[in-house]
Amino acid sequence: MTDVLLPLLVAVPVLAAVAPLLLSLRTTETGWYVAAVTCAVEATLAAAVVRAVSLDGAVRHVVGGYERPYGIELVADGLSAPVVALVAVVALGVLAFAYTAGPRRNSFYSAYLLLVGGLMGVTVTGDLFNMFVFLEITGLATYALVAADRSGRSAVAALKYLILGTTGASLFLIGVGYAFVETGTLNMVDLADRLAGGYGDRTVLASFGFILVGLGLKTAVFPLHTWQPDAYTYAPDTVTTFISALVSTVAAYAVGRVILTVFTPAFFEAVPAARTAVLVFAAVSILAGSALAAVQSEIKRLLAYSSVSQFGLVVAGFALVTPDAVLGAVIHLVGHGLMKGGLFAAAGVMAARHGARTVGDYARLGYRSPVVAGAVGVLGVVLVGVPPSVGFLGKWYIAVGAVRAGAWPIAVVVFLSTLLTLSYVARLLERLYFAGSTEPTVAAGADADADAGTGAEAGVDVDPDPDPVADGGDRPDSRAPAAVSTGMVAVVVAAAVVAVALGFATAAFETFLGGVLP
Amino acid sequence: MIDLLASRWAYAAFVVLMVVGLYMMIASPNLVKKVIGLNVFQSAVFLFFIAAAYVVGGSPAIVPPDGGGGPYVSPLPHVIVLTAIVVGVSLTAVALALVVRIHDEYGTVDEAVVEEVADD
Repeated sequence: MTDVLLPLLVAVPVLAAVAPLLLSLRTTETGWYVAAVTCAVEATLAAAVVRAVSLDGAVRHVVGGYERPYGIELVADGLSAPVVALVAVVALGVLAFAYTAGPRRNSFYSAYLLLVGGLMGVTVTGDLFNMFVFLEITGLATYALVAADRSGRSAVAALKYLILGTTGASLFLIGVGYAFVETGTLNMVDLADRLAGGYGDRTVLASFGFILVGLGLKTAVFPLHTWQPDAYTYAPDTVTTFISALVSTVAAYAVGRVILTVFTPAFFEAVPAARTAVLVFAAVSILAGSALAAVQSEIKRLLAYSSVSQFGLVVAGFALVTPDAVLGAVIHLVGHGLMKGGLFAAAGVMAARHGARTVGDYARLGYRSPVVAGAVGVLGVVLVGVPPSVGFLGKWYIAVGAVRAGAWPIAVVVFLSTLLTLSYVARLLERLYFAGSTEPTVAAGADADADAGTGAEAGVDVDPDPDPVADGGDRPDSRAPAAVSTGMVAVVVAAAVVAVALGFATAAFETFLGGVLP
Repeated sequence: MIDLLASRWAYAAFVVLMVVGLYMMIASPNLVKKVIGLNVFQSAVFLFFIAAAYVVGGSPAIVPPDGGGGPYVSPLPHVIVLTAIVVGVSLTAVALALVVRIHDEYGTVDEAVVEEVADD
């Protein structure tokens, strides 16, 4: 049974992605149900994969019976299992958010399922070229989703993302080509064997450089992040929640996979300059991302820049290649996905209920939406890294790993970025709970009834510029208050609870990663 | 240098095409031309794989039943390029669909004008 789990994990969502399109010949708004069933099946499969990995250490599937080095291998090991679990859980959770928040079109759910399939593919593939193909499937679906609200601004953001993302993928492909020319294989394990001994080779160095810059573009590491704030800001709230939690996460996972499995820690020992270069790249990203986030006033943009900083942390963890740092990087990868997904979902709820899209708009919303604001507070504090929480664990292990590896500057950078994170989270919390009550705000309408988590019908808001909704209310970006379902609030609260609960799960992560830690 | 160009001209062409593609994406304000630049950039990658797979006097990797008949060209890079072309075509389709929507909304495909209008 376990040998067909991996292909099913990829094939089920990709095949199911056709169904909403076919259904749209007869019906409308049925895509959500197809996606819900598929994601439930996907979660079951993911649970089975995680269980198999925890029992056997790794699950392999040789596609079509062609053994390596000729065929493609699908592999789930301790590094991919947490990411598989994250993708399955978030895909299901975001659907609960999407039911009310929309979009409801069938074609939206085709792209949604295609994205789930692509993400799973990147996570479980054991072949470098196959990884490129799945990265591009992920990319294609993401570009379509970013533009899903059919507004001009989101189309511009999606096109910018498309051009930069495709350039990144092409650079990755050039790097893969160099490695292929050098070794004649594309299988990751095989590549690791054949690259050993030739690490100083110029082709190998160029290959590493191209692959890392390519994946850096996909991960949105400073200064390759320029597509990301626009894409996150102008995408519909459902889409932002989904892609902020998963797309860059899986690209960062690919960085870890390439460093640990393909080039292996021995490469960094042979070429210390490569490691230093990646660490500098990551450290600049950590600081620049936090600093840029601290000066933003728009909530979604603030959270987007914060992601730039967090992914710098993850890349730094992988590049340190010590057991502590890699453990920290994986914990932070999963933790950041949950935190950012939850925060963007909360931003979506606040926007739908109060029309609040800037830090200023959040004034005193802590009293009008206590449940969601409370969850924002918890997630924000987790993002800063206050124990006990997943945010603390990730940062702690990365910092400890940096100190043990003798890379003191990284530990200092982690500390500085924590201070900067605190500065913008504190600003948000101050607005939520301690803002002057007399201050006029955009959403100072009479919608005190839209409270307590079940406010399915938000009150009438005094809307300064009602956005003409041209295509049937499919634009969550319009400033008019929209419906907020219990499901949407539940997603935010669940993200906050899990983010704290995972703070006690070090042992689980350690068991999983035992086999892959350097 | 001349020697290198004479024997490795396909790789030189790869680098030139790649840089031309990058330059078009950065310098051209026209969104359609940016997409064309992206295509040129991707073609450069295809050329690289094809050039790497080339074997002087090599034949297609169709081995007769009794074996022998080499040297053969490795088919793997060709398969890679075919897949990459399919990926490239679908990306171009999505990109052009986005450009059409941008044109519908702003009435132009000039990046500077679009940004000016979007900021208002």
